[in-house]
Amino acid sequence: MEVVFALAVGVLSASGVWLVLRPRTFQVLMGFVLLSQATNLFVFGMGRLARHRAPILDGRTPAADLSLYADPVPQALVLTAIVIGFATTALFLVVLLALRGLTGTDHVDGRESDA
Amino acid sequence: MNLWLQHLPILPIVVPLTAGAALLLLPESHRAARLTLAVISMLVQFAAAAGLLYLTSDATSQAWPADTAVYRIGGWPPPFGIVLVVDRLAAIMVALSATIALSVLVYSIARWDRPGQPFHALLQFLAMGLNGAFLTGDLFNLFVFFEVLLAASYGLVLRGAGTVRVRAGLHYIAVNLAASLLFLTGVALIYGVTGTLNMADLTVHAGLLSGPARILFDTGAAILGVAFLVKAASWPLNFWLPDTYSAAIEPVAAVFVMLTKVGIYALLRLGTLLSLNEAAASTLQTALFGIGLATLAAGMNGMLGAQRLVRLISHSVIVSTGILLAAFGLGIEALTAPALFYLITSALASGIFFMLAGMTARMRPHDTQHARPVAMPSPPYVAYGIREPDAYDTGDEVGVAIPAPMAFLGLVFVCCVLLVTGLPPLPGFVAKFMLLSTALNAAPGAISTWLLIASVIAAGLAGLVALTRMGSGIFWAVTERATPRLRLLEAAPVAALVIFCFALAAHPGPVMNYLESAARSLHEPQTYIRAILPEKTGSDRPGTPAP
Repeated sequence: MEVVFALAVGVLSASGVWLVLRPRTFQVLMGFVLLSQATNLFVFGMGRLARHRAPILDGRTPAADLSLYADPVPQALVLTAIVIGFATTALFLVVLLALRGLTGTDHVDGRESDA
Repeated sequence: MNLWLQHLPILPIVVPLTAGAALLLLPESHRAARLTLAVISMLVQFAAAAGLLYLTSDATSQAWPADTAVYRIGGWPPPFGIVLVVDRLAAIMVALSATIALSVLVYSIARWDRPGQPFHALLQFLAMGLNGAFLTGDLFNLFVFFEVLLAASYGLVLRGAGTVRVRAGLHYIAVNLAASLLFLTGVALIYGVTGTLNMADLTVHAGLLSGPARILFDTGAAILGVAFLVKAASWPLNFWLPDTYSAAIEPVAAVFVMLTKVGIYALLRLGTLLSLNEAAASTLQTALFGIGLATLAAGMNGMLGAQRLVRLISHSVIVSTGILLAAFGLGIEALTAPALFYLITSALASGIFFMLAGMTARMRPHDTQHARPVAMPSPPYVAYGIREPDAYDTGDEVGVAIPAPMAFLGLVFVCCVLLVTGLPPLPGFVAKFMLLSTALNAAPGAISTWLLIASVIAAGLAGLVALTRMGSGIFWAVTERATPRLRLLEAAPVAALVIFCFALAAHPGPVMNYLESAARSLHEPQTYIRAILPEKTGSDRPGTPAP
């Protein structure tokens, strides 16, 4: 599970970085989407990967044994990070469209490079 | 302790939050009500900041133990609940940002706040993010407040629209999204190793780490540091700053000066907390010193090359970041207080200067370079109705005009030049002099001291050359100059800040005493930790097992 998880984070961030460095605004946007997915997974992974463990007291699992529970903090952090990332990405999309409307091109500099 | 005093630390966050939310709901037509609400909110924040300053000062040693207030949000004890921590450094930063935000608000009432986007609400949210970032004692909460102030700043940067602003805004958002992801990654790494996000608890835990866990922790801290360096606009992560600040309208740029100081604050706060048991501190400091000098050189270069006043000021912001980073990088504890004094004067100087630039821009009747909206293309994509306040339309302005506007502009310009370049009699000189003399006293033979001295003086000289050239271009070499009508509302905050600077230069003693206490407690993290975790200090709690 750890290997698959690590690969997912790695592939997502590699693709994200590559896309962010592209000259088209939409590619940059998609790059940030992928990068924030990778970051969110990473934050989640920092709570250690575990199966069949609840992050809250459910009344059935003995409360004294913390090893039977998943760490709830990273999950809460990820929720916050998802919301913030989603909002800023949406804002980026609006600005992207505004720039496209103002300049008539989807290059990040608002004009095609001379090359 | 009465109720007001007890809840004072949360006021700088709650007041702008509620005021900003209410401002969003109030319709545009209720202009007087909106303005009253915005001004009252800023005044309350200012008063709260002044109260915090007073209560953390030496004057009232019994108000809070060790002059550090811990406010438990939700009543949960740290390290489980989120806490706000008011110590001297936090109080002074909140006061500084409240001063600048209040001046910018009054200044913007004269002509900048109409029409369209919710300027006042965004300004309140920006103030909330700034105050929260200074007051929080929790690493993830710091991230959240950074995002709050960034989200508000995205809206403010786009204010006025036009191609130049939208393009600069796009770049600004992209850079800050990347920095935020780095921030998050760093926080996650640190949490993964230590199992806590409370800054004080983190310091306790970090000291107990060893082996791979220590390496992971250092990696996390380094990633976090890079994120802060982006915010502080250090070279080579500062190329976003001149474009963004010179594209934004001037009052927005003036309040944005505080955003770079947030980065510096975070570096200083976490740097002093986490280096408690640090062996790698010297490597870090060498790196910081080098980065600082490079930033300084880059800013100096930009100042000399700038063609427009706002760009020049943006580069002077970079120079001040460079001086601060280099000063902290020397690793001399006695330098912290003069560096903080320099931080205050440079923030005020850049703030005043940006506001002044907004007024001088109106002197040039045919200013083609100033970012103005181009004719809107047929807008299939442009979703919002946006209009820049017409720079030449005086009918929009409110309030009484002041007499002798040109004399006022000229005088303030001279004061700004003296402040930015660090010439007497203004506090820029006091700050730089104290910085250099302290460095010289602490390490007279070190090459790094002389490097710092040479760079700071060179930066001052370059600034003087660039600014005198710019000033003569603005005030003397214009063939057809329009004398702008300056309203009392925009001149008064600028004049007040300048007078405050004069007062700071005439009586730096009390401020320096306060800053020295701030620096002393900053370099004794035990005091900070004891205030937040009274029962934990000294006991060696085992850290969470390493992964």
